[in-house]
Amino acid sequence: MRYGDLVAVDHLDLRVEAGTITAVLGPNGAGKTTTLETCEGYRRPQGGTVRVLGLDPVRDRRALLPRIGVMLQAGGAWSGVRAEEMLRHVAALHADPLPVGLLVERLGLAECGRTPFRRLSGGQQQRLGLATALVGRPELLFVDEPTAGMDPAIRRTTWELLEELRADGVTTVLTTHYLEEAERLADHVHVIDRGRLIASGTPYELTRAGGATTVRLVVTKPFPPHAPASLQTALGPATEVTTINAQSLLITGPADASTLAKVSAWCEQHGVLPEALTLGQRTLEDVFLQLTGRVLTEPTPSGTAG
Amino acid sequence: MSAGTFTPSPGAAPLARQVRAQALMETRLMLRNGEQLLVAIVIPVMALVGGVIAGRRGGIELDGRAVDVLTPGVLALAVMSTAFTSLAIATGFERRYGLIKRLGASPLPRHGLLLGKLGAILVVHVVQGVVLVPVALALGWRPGGGAVGVLAALLAVLVGAAAFSSLGLLMAGTLRAEATLAAANLVYLLLLVGGAVVLPRASYGAAGEVLAVLPSAALGDAMRAALIDGRVAVVPLLILVAWAVAGAAAVSRSFRWE
Repeated sequence: MRYGDLVAVDHLDLRVEAGTITAVLGPNGAGKTTTLETCEGYRRPQGGTVRVLGLDPVRDRRALLPRIGVMLQAGGAWSGVRAEEMLRHVAALHADPLPVGLLVERLGLAECGRTPFRRLSGGQQQRLGLATALVGRPELLFVDEPTAGMDPAIRRTTWELLEELRADGVTTVLTTHYLEEAERLADHVHVIDRGRLIASGTPYELTRAGGATTVRLVVTKPFPPHAPASLQTALGPATEVTTINAQSLLITGPADASTLAKVSAWCEQHGVLPEALTLGQRTLEDVFLQLTGRVLTEPTPSGTAG
Repeated sequence: MSAGTFTPSPGAAPLARQVRAQALMETRLMLRNGEQLLVAIVIPVMALVGGVIAGRRGGIELDGRAVDVLTPGVLALAVMSTAFTSLAIATGFERRYGLIKRLGASPLPRHGLLLGKLGAILVVHVVQGVVLVPVALALGWRPGGGAVGVLAALLAVLVGAAAFSSLGLLMAGTLRAEATLAAANLVYLLLLVGGAVVLPRASYGAAGEVLAVLPSAALGDAMRAALIDGRVAVVPLLILVAWAVAGAAAVSRSFRWE
């Protein structure tokens, strides 16, 4: 049996290795949810091939579904159902479910008590969604924005749980627009934008490829016209200058004394006053910015369709 | 690989167990919901008691004792309440809250979901019967037709539940939840007043002939034939079967998960 999954969305090839966590990273509207729902058999691809656990998600749906766990981005329960009741119900649909009490404890669902689903907080609904995805002991887990709407402490608990799942041999595919989540959890990151794969690799490969270090320049008033181009000329071909916004730039390349001196000279020459000049390691955020010329937008609290 | 807490062990439960779980869950949620109970039990009881009182005071003219004529129609109304209105509203909100989509990714197959819903409807019908029949008997109901009548009525309930549930699912699967809520209640009221379900078609004068094709009138006719005359009313049952088949065909084409 082959675990490798081939996923295609608009000429994009993704492959997922067994027993790993794969993150599909991209801004809202990039096609993350569409990619996941195509793997889950909700959508029939117009072209290309999708194989999940060696099965066609649409044609072999009945054989595939018991083997995968699905967490939707939102909802997924009766409006009047209690959290534990919902979890027990999904458990009853599986042959060898996990003990419900274990998941209630691990995901802190006891606090939901007798509250109906529609009155649970966003974070509680997310945790119930994750619990129902896990309860059937799946081989492969698809989670859509698993920690959107969770507070930081619970997000960390959820990450630990996903790492434990990996240690126990569960394969996870998650979508996220939290860079921190992708960097912390994923063995492999696929960065997608507008339905296309724009970068793929381990977080280390992605952030350390080419220039590993960055200089971030923030100034007090908007840059003069042609600012990135003139700075690029001043710095030479070993560095890359990317505009973040009207008052900040990202310089990727050797963050050494020579680069800093050139940046200072350029500021003096163009009459701009630096407000902050920060040296750092390249992050996935920087990678996305370099590849697309845009920043990954900040997530809305409730999460939106991706 | 050593067995950890989450070591995969996937698999579907046997279909019968899944359907049973689904039916019990849906029954529980339906009986917990106040509005659903109102439609399923309170309104039929009010229609029965109100109709019998009106009949005694000469407010409505019926061919026979009011309670004997009205009780079969009220039982038909109870079927319509649950299989059509309650089912449509519940399913509309299941779609809205992503429950149908979520179950679509669970081992429960689509026919398992439908069987579960049908099971829940039948369980609620039993609860409705347990309430309505003693109320009718207390009001002096003397069912005609004997054992044949009871069997004919059970057949009519099954066929009627199939017809109304396919129409309820058709509505829930195509309209938004709020629109389903409004439309399911409106259609219910219109059929209650003008659909020859509680009152026999003879009470509607010349329009009675035309009303015969409505599922409400067909179910009312079949129930009255069974529980007044002890007869299996073939034509009304065929009309209900036609509604069930047409509704199911439309549902399988149009039902949207989301």
